[in-house]
Amino acid sequence: MTSSKSGVRQWVSKTWEQFTTVPMLGWLLGALVAAILENLVGNTFARLVGMSKAPVLFGFDIALKTPLLIPSAICYVLVIYLLPVFIVARALRDPLNKLAAALLKYPIVVSAIVHLGVLYAALHIWSSLNDYRALVVKLILIAVILTLSLNVVNGYMGEFSCSHPGFMALGAYTASVLSVLFFVDGSVFGDALLPPAIGPFIFPLILILGGAVAALGAILVAVPSFRTRGDYLAIISLAFMFIVKSLIENLEIVGGPRGFRGQPDWANLPTVFAWTVISVWIINNFVRSTMGKALCAVRDGELAASSMTVNTSKTKMIAFLFGAFWAGVAGGLFAHVLRYVNPSTFGVQKLAEVLAMVYFGGLNSVVGSIFGAVGFTLLSEALRALELYKWIIIPVLLILVMIYRPTGLIAFREFDVSAMLQPKHKKEKEVDDAAASS
Amino acid sequence: MMPLLQVENMTHFFGGLRAVHDYNLSIEKGEVRGLIGPNGAGKTTIFNLITGVYKPSEGKLALDGASIVGLQPHQIASMGIGRTFQNLRLWRHMTVLEHVRLGRYSKITYGLVGAFLGTPQRHREEAEIEAHAMRLMKLTHTDRFANTVVTNLPYGVQRRVELARALATEPKILFLDEPTAGMNPEELIDMMNIVREVHKELGMAIFLIEHRMKVVMDLCERIQTLVFGEVIAEGAPEEIRNNPQVIDAYLGKEVEA
Repeated sequence: MTSSKSGVRQWVSKTWEQFTTVPMLGWLLGALVAAILENLVGNTFARLVGMSKAPVLFGFDIALKTPLLIPSAICYVLVIYLLPVFIVARALRDPLNKLAAALLKYPIVVSAIVHLGVLYAALHIWSSLNDYRALVVKLILIAVILTLSLNVVNGYMGEFSCSHPGFMALGAYTASVLSVLFFVDGSVFGDALLPPAIGPFIFPLILILGGAVAALGAILVAVPSFRTRGDYLAIISLAFMFIVKSLIENLEIVGGPRGFRGQPDWANLPTVFAWTVISVWIINNFVRSTMGKALCAVRDGELAASSMTVNTSKTKMIAFLFGAFWAGVAGGLFAHVLRYVNPSTFGVQKLAEVLAMVYFGGLNSVVGSIFGAVGFTLLSEALRALELYKWIIIPVLLILVMIYRPTGLIAFREFDVSAMLQPKHKKEKEVDDAAASS
Repeated sequence: MMPLLQVENMTHFFGGLRAVHDYNLSIEKGEVRGLIGPNGAGKTTIFNLITGVYKPSEGKLALDGASIVGLQPHQIASMGIGRTFQNLRLWRHMTVLEHVRLGRYSKITYGLVGAFLGTPQRHREEAEIEAHAMRLMKLTHTDRFANTVVTNLPYGVQRRVELARALATEPKILFLDEPTAGMNPEELIDMMNIVREVHKELGMAIFLIEHRMKVVMDLCERIQTLVFGEVIAEGAPEEIRNNPQVIDAYLGKEVEA
């Protein structure tokens, strides 16, 4: 019994070993091929294994609603997603390693753009199959921006800030009002002030203005943070969130508690994807610089930080404004994806959601935030069919994470882009280990 | 010639308690000065007053002729007073290299745009900062722990990391608050050698608080003795060693113990 068990384990580890040298490009291309394959034969294959059409989100929905179809769902995921990914990754491993090495001869941007291009193509094709998927992908990308921006304050600077939904609301409403006021005919503000055709080109500017207004709001939280920390600042920031929410609820011009609708349809997938990439890039640049490290120093010891020439007030101000700016941008995108905002969206529920994504993914880590946002949103969508029980399972999962990994799943890790894009070769040491173990 | 650091008639109260009374100090470039005194005499308070953690109730403080009264700790630090702490104050999640790099914070000129966008200027400056940090880590024998998170290091090494971090601010005068506290004899000798080496190599003035007579007597050119916030004796190590008041207040107890 034990021998067969170890035999299986040996087979798995041996097979897996072939994939440890697959470069990032290999996995991305695999995903792209799987997405294309699904587009071509997904529905046909789904009917073949007894489902009415291709499952929208890796079969979770179908498996939870009609448990009898679980084998079909597993079969579908295996044949349409996993097999193609692994086959492509393994088959193209060597040429792609050469390609990855060749790309790195140019500035790193070239390689990054190629990788992102493949990733985008895979996402685009995968999400083109139905509207629900497209919406989920966009919401995930927005969640990534939001989680990262909160991690700057809560993870890197170590202040427990609860005002993020407030910043998001400021960004969402500012961007919505600007785009409707200037580019939508026949809205509550009357006719458009500028020709609607140029709207999409002004959209980035509108989002930046939304972020800027959120950053202005953040000054209200940043200034108290010079003198107070921990629980007290948490309460101040929570108060800020409620103030923003009731302010909007009482502003009749933007619809009050009924919400504000009619945002133009500008936040398509490429736009949201581009903003996510830009935010990850800028935030990652910042937190890896010596200036960004000052945030961590303020977190781990303010007195020592100031004795090492770090201006702690300025550092806190930068962190709050920077975090709030990106939360505002995320809010603007969010409003234009749903094309409707409502003040009750930006309440405690949203706060719990963002905090969960940050702490689930990992403090002080860009990869962790990306993982947290993607993982948490996917999980929350996948378990949608369970309705009420979803809110038992997800919190239990969170509690387990907090018990076993108190700082989150991927905490305190640097996001080193150039290391990720490297071609993968067998390391000398690993070869030795393998030889020793066999 | 004007002294590098001049403190005149500094007095400080904590509520009704007079912690420091009429304290005077003048340190020349490159001098090594010691401050001794029994527990609770106010030695660390004097450090905190000069480095701007507390604002003195009365008195004048000048570094290189410029007044530093009322400045923020980070401003005083960037003007040239680097310090270590009696109880280690390292940043527990950060690596040794990150510690030493951060000492260069005030020297950064690339600004926020550089930090956000990763401009060539930033890469150049960060490379310089790293090279400088590596040099200081070699000097303090911490270079082989460069990428280790400080909490995983032995105590003696952590002390040296604090020293390297303080050196990275390019101090004109270095404040060491009990640099050998809690060290075993071996670590102690290492630390003393490193302080000597640092002084020889970089030539800044050093002002240190110590409890161990051997360390103060060996390293310092002049020593002040502080009791209940007042200086009772000042002079060369030999004078201090033989001063009956000092023996009464401080050294006498140490001999008995």
